[in-house]
Amino acid sequence: MTAVPVPHRVVSRSPETSDTVTLRLEPVCEALRDFVPGQFAMVHCFGRGEIPVSMSSIQATGGLAHTVRAVGAVSEGLCAARVGDVIGLRGPYGTGWELERAYGRDVLVVAGGIGLAPLRPLVLRALAEPESYGRVNVLIGARTPDDLIGRKEWEFWRSAYTGVTVDRPDVHWHGDVGVVTQLLGRARFDPAGTWAFVCGPEPMIRATARELHHRGVPRARIRVSLERNMRCATGHCGHCQLGPLLLCRDGPVVGWDQVESLLSVREL
Amino acid sequence: MTVTDAEVTAVLDRDGLDALVTVLRSDGRTVIGPTVRDGAIVLAELSSAAELPYGWGVELDAGRYRLVPCEDGAAFAHSAGPQSWKNCLHPQRERLWSADRAPDGEVTFTEEEAATPSYAFLGVRPCDLRAIAVQDRVLTGGRHADTGYGRRRRGALLIAAECTAPGATCFCVSAGGGPAADTGYDLALTEVVDEDGHRFFARAGSEAGRRLLDRIPHRSADLATEVTARTSVDAARDRMGRSLPPVDLRALLGESLDADRWDDVAERCLTCGNCTMVCPTCFCTTTEEVTDLTGDHSERWQRWDSCFDLDFSHLHEGPVRSSGRSRYRQWLTHKLSTWYDQFGGSGCVGCGRCITWCPAGIDITEEVAALHAEHEATSVGHETAAAAHGTERWTETER
Ligand SMILES: Cc1cc2nc3c(=O)[nH]c(=O)nc-3n(C[C@H](O)[C@H](O)[C@H](O)COP(=O)(O)OP(=O)(O)OC[C@H]3O[C@@H](n4cnc5c(N)ncnc54)[C@H](O)[C@@H]3O)c2cc1C
Ligand code: SF4
Ligand code: SF4
Repeated sequence: MTAVPVPHRVVSRSPETSDTVTLRLEPVCEALRDFVPGQFAMVHCFGRGEIPVSMSSIQATGGLAHTVRAVGAVSEGLCAARVGDVIGLRGPYGTGWELERAYGRDVLVVAGGIGLAPLRPLVLRALAEPESYGRVNVLIGARTPDDLIGRKEWEFWRSAYTGVTVDRPDVHWHGDVGVVTQLLGRARFDPAGTWAFVCGPEPMIRATARELHHRGVPRARIRVSLERNMRCATGHCGHCQLGPLLLCRDGPVVGWDQVESLLSVREL
Repeated sequence: MTVTDAEVTAVLDRDGLDALVTVLRSDGRTVIGPTVRDGAIVLAELSSAAELPYGWGVELDAGRYRLVPCEDGAAFAHSAGPQSWKNCLHPQRERLWSADRAPDGEVTFTEEEAATPSYAFLGVRPCDLRAIAVQDRVLTGGRHADTGYGRRRRGALLIAAECTAPGATCFCVSAGGGPAADTGYDLALTEVVDEDGHRFFARAGSEAGRRLLDRIPHRSADLATEVTARTSVDAARDRMGRSLPPVDLRALLGESLDADRWDDVAERCLTCGNCTMVCPTCFCTTTEEVTDLTGDHSERWQRWDSCFDLDFSHLHEGPVRSSGRSRYRQWLTHKLSTWYDQFGGSGCVGCGRCITWCPAGIDITEEVAALHAEHEATSVGHETAAAAHGTERWTETER
């Protein structure tokens, strides 16, 4: 490993859910190279460690932001950061969604839980260039209504269709209940001419990609973002292997054609 | 000194080897080589060539290592020991950078700039030359380079010792290499002990190697020494202790993800990770954060990690590879198959260390042979095998 983190200041902190926070960041001095939607940074929390986190906003769509869910030492530390605090960022790392490849085609975004975070800059870009893309559909799923992130935002997205569903509703929930794939019936897209972008827990990715392929979306046009343990992000630590892939280098965004068979092997 | 095909050759005697170490040390180099310590031949800093393991050989088998006297008094009669050169080039622990927090909350990150020793490695086996080339590719051949490794590696001078007496766990030939040093060395030595005396046939492999030869007492290579040296290295090719099956291993392992053999080996494997520690190509590391008492100074350390460790594949939902079966499969499949996809070649050079140092005596060549046999058998009875393995796959409905 090589690169040293570059200091960034937390300029705003917005809670998304009970355990998830969006931190907007500005370089203290030196800036990182531009991120593209789907790429991630290694984020260092002082005294705690460093973890991979996708960009939920990039330089080109309103400045850097991370949306972090507190699940352990480092992510809890980041979620507790206050405005003015300095954290370290290395990057950009990994592959992006490559939305450009969907030029002139329908765009279908499927997000599970915090999986919406890395998809957010992609949605913003697709909506900002309506002449470049066909119909933009956004399907969002979460465990409970309290786990939905970006609520204040997606209600205003001018997409062809935005559907939201939860696994376990609460008393205030009047929307859909059930897995995110059941919203596919309402989305407006032509499967053979669609590019799909999927991020969420691995079982959700697997189920969604299979369903999309079943409906006629070609495997190579189903782009999914995968997660593995990562220590370095520079292809040297060996942790992020998925068979032949080093996900920090060959991913996190990969084509379903590349990973379908790999993900069907238990504990690969 | 004779010049044949532009290759500079010479013959050194034991005094020449002594002078070699003296010259290297006077150049400020840290000379690392084999020496006897605690009942094994280890790699350690040498202050003189007298510390080489003259008169010692090793008796090796799966899970077994024993020093034995060798009558001819040779310095390089042993084969691979518990360490490899990665202990120097890609050390077990290394500080990457440190972070300091000022009272006003500003944080500065400082890259580690430890003084890099200028190494000379004496007695690098041909398998280990290849292992160094493999790690070069992994750690410095991609988009991002490991600067610490690169610094240590660039400064290192490699003096190879070709093999004339392969160990019982050696299988470099079937791993695509051999007992001769082909490339990647500055100087290659072949030890010759016969009625004409104890000497070393030397070939320079680089300008640095040529200059080094010039500075130490040597004589021009006589035909007898050269022929004896080359013939005994050639003969060693046919005396390998073990071998991998002569099949496309990359394809075999890629097609064996569902093999029953993984369950069999998992019953014997202790998932101790010894094989990954001794393997000269295994490069995986993890990182840890170390904070001092003030809480305002923290350091990022890197240390060796092993794919046999449960935490290796940790995600907050739990490890990806929790069974021993999946962890042994990850190790072997990475070595022999997915390494090609990731780094353009095999990850095994056939040094045999993993066989010798496995407390359970698990033998990579035997495991691959068993996988091959199973693969042959299942490709015949394809139908039944597919049915039997159906349970290994995730089902469509699983969430
Ligand atoms: C490419 C990529 C993008 C990600 N983007 C986001 C994001 O936008 N928002 C977000 O909240 N989370 C994201 N994650 C997951 C996030 O990295 C983990 O939640 C985090 O590493 C957990 O670390 P911890 O120390 O808090 O928890 P612990 O469970 O204590 O983890 C200990 C260590 O294990 C590793 N680890 C644990 N879980 C994961 C994981 N899921 N992925 C990778 N390494 C892990 C880390 O090195 C971590 O320091 C992403 C992961 C990857 C690989
Ligand atoms: S896998 Fe075993 S034989 Fe192959 S290089 Fe590693 S330690 Fe040597
Ligand atoms: S194969 Fe042997 S050395 Fe490797 S983890 Fe298993 S028991 Fe340990």
